[in-house]
Amino acid sequence: MSARFKTGDRVFVRQAEPIGHVRTPYYIRGKTGSIERLCGEFPNPEELAFGRSGLPRLPMYRVRFLQTEIWPDYRGRALDSVDVEIYEHWLESARQG
Amino acid sequence: MRSYHDIGGMDLGPIERSEHDYALWEKRVDAMMVLLWQKKGLLTLDEHRHAMETLDADEYGKITYYERWMVGIAKVLLARGIITTDELGRHMAAAGDKR
Repeated sequence: MSARFKTGDRVFVRQAEPIGHVRTPYYIRGKTGSIERLCGEFPNPEELAFGRSGLPRLPMYRVRFLQTEIWPDYRGRALDSVDVEIYEHWLESARQG
Repeated sequence: MRSYHDIGGMDLGPIERSEHDYALWEKRVDAMMVLLWQKKGLLTLDEHRHAMETLDADEYGKITYYERWMVGIAKVLLARGIITTDELGRHMAAAGDKR
């Protein structure tokens, strides 16, 4: 599987709340960030959790978000950020901004 | 649905930062996990985590870290048919565990 995003791309984390073994933290769903790097391709934990192979491997990215865009009452420095590792199927392309 | 373990950003007060020495049983649970996962391939970390994160929410909060690990291991081995409930019950009774 080839990676859909490259470093610097703006991405939107899908706002979904399925039952299952979801590794995308709740607080980051619905937020927009930038691809920091492609970490590699890994078996899908949402399938591994139920004893299946998790194949094909899925691209996983380190995505960087501004703290001020995540927490409305954030009082730290304007450029403070948080990196979250997210599988590709949880990401959508976001407009440059 | 937000799973009860997925607490990032929630206001839950200060983090308990004190350390403690591990008891022998805790080291044994850790060793058992490494053997089952890496040496024997009888479980994956995702199965284990899923087993722990689907515990009853009250139970998850009440038991300690390695108790959660132990319960998670047991749930995966039961789901995979590696041990049976009857075997587990009899061994726990023999060990004097009344839970």
